[in-house]
Amino acid sequence: MNTLDPHTLTGAYATHALGPEERDAFERHLDHCPSCAQESAEFAATLARLGAAEALTPPEALRARVLAALPGIRQEAPPVARTAPTRGRLARHAPKFALAACLALALGAGAVAVQQHHEAESARDRAAALARRQEDVTALLTAPDARTATAATAGGTGTVVWSAARDRAGFLAAGLPAPGPGRTYQLWYDDAGTMRPAGLLPTGTGTLLLTGALDGAAGVGVTLEPAGGSAHPSGAPVLLVPFG
Amino acid sequence: MSRVVPLAAPRRPGPDLRELLSRVVRGDQEAFAALYDAVSGPVFGLVRRVVRDPAQSEEVTQEVLLEVWRTAARYRAERGEVLPWVLTIAHRRAVDRVRSAQAAADRDRRVAAATHGGTPYDEVAEQVEGRLEREQVRRCLKTLTELQRESLTLAYYRGYSYPEVAQVLGAPLGTVKTRMRDGLIRMRDCLGVSA
Repeated sequence: MNTLDPHTLTGAYATHALGPEERDAFERHLDHCPSCAQESAEFAATLARLGAAEALTPPEALRARVLAALPGIRQEAPPVARTAPTRGRLARHAPKFALAACLALALGAGAVAVQQHHEAESARDRAAALARRQEDVTALLTAPDARTATAATAGGTGTVVWSAARDRAGFLAAGLPAPGPGRTYQLWYDDAGTMRPAGLLPTGTGTLLLTGALDGAAGVGVTLEPAGGSAHPSGAPVLLVPFG
Repeated sequence: MSRVVPLAAPRRPGPDLRELLSRVVRGDQEAFAALYDAVSGPVFGLVRRVVRDPAQSEEVTQEVLLEVWRTAARYRAERGEVLPWVLTIAHRRAVDRVRSAQAAADRDRRVAAATHGGTPYDEVAEQVEGRLEREQVRRCLKTLTELQRESLTLAYYRGYSYPEVAQVLGAPLGTVKTRMRDGLIRMRDCLGVSA
């Protein structure tokens, strides 16, 4: 009883001092214990005062990096309240309205799509492929265990995003010099000094989900290679970003 | 001399964070920039205090602020103010970072160092903003018993789990757990916090 009594865990919970299992159990308890929820909110506010007392101005470059990343990150929709009145009269009618709205939208979109189909097909495919790639990397960026590391060179930066849980990595280049005609940036996983090809990025600003799994790699390297890429790096890396 | 008079939270002349956050939910990037300016100092300071390494602190701060942008819709005004919500995210991410596998060896060294004395809350960070707030927090920390204060500061400022705190302090798990709670209740009352 004593060690399992969840009421006394509010302090350890608020300071993130619980292990994952205890934390999950305590959060389930919170749903049924208004006084615990109240105390946890008060402790969060108290600790915020301890945190705010440590305030330190972050480097100016961080602001630019954060603001530049916003357009690529999909925001979550507001959660729908669990007690929403979806079982009432409205709910039975809602699907009909929703279906009608969907049909209207589809018809409108269809007309536009047909009109633009011929001249824009390839451009649209390219844009869609780009958007998909961006989404893949964004999804990685929002993984709960996502980590990032940034390295700078020649006025540009390369940021590696990785998630151990998803076993994947992505690369975001911003303002690297253009690779030049017939050249491309090539990404590599660094397997203890052996470079494993991980994809091509033909521009100095762009996003790439790396080919292949992390597989215990120590980091990511970037080299300049002939268009089409190489089996092994042909020169010194432009960037080396270690994981960790 | 050591009597502490509870004070209300300092008046913040800054922007209305709830209003900014409600605009952020709608995708307003300008509102997010204003929110960034209001919360990035506390976020970076807290993360830096827990993580220590400047480069890693910057990375974690970036991750925190992008999480705020992504999950702004999860904020519930009835559960408290915006800054505690943001700093809860910041603290969780900072703690995750110091507990990650790469930090394991480093942490062992820190645990060893902590057992040889040193008062965590007494260290001075450079460029401190809000000196008054800092003074008040320190005064209130001094009203705690030693075990309450150490349990709280090792967990909050160093990111120790409570079994780690128990090990460092040589105290039973149950004791550490209740001391953390007792310490927070005293801090809450001393700082005049209501949620």
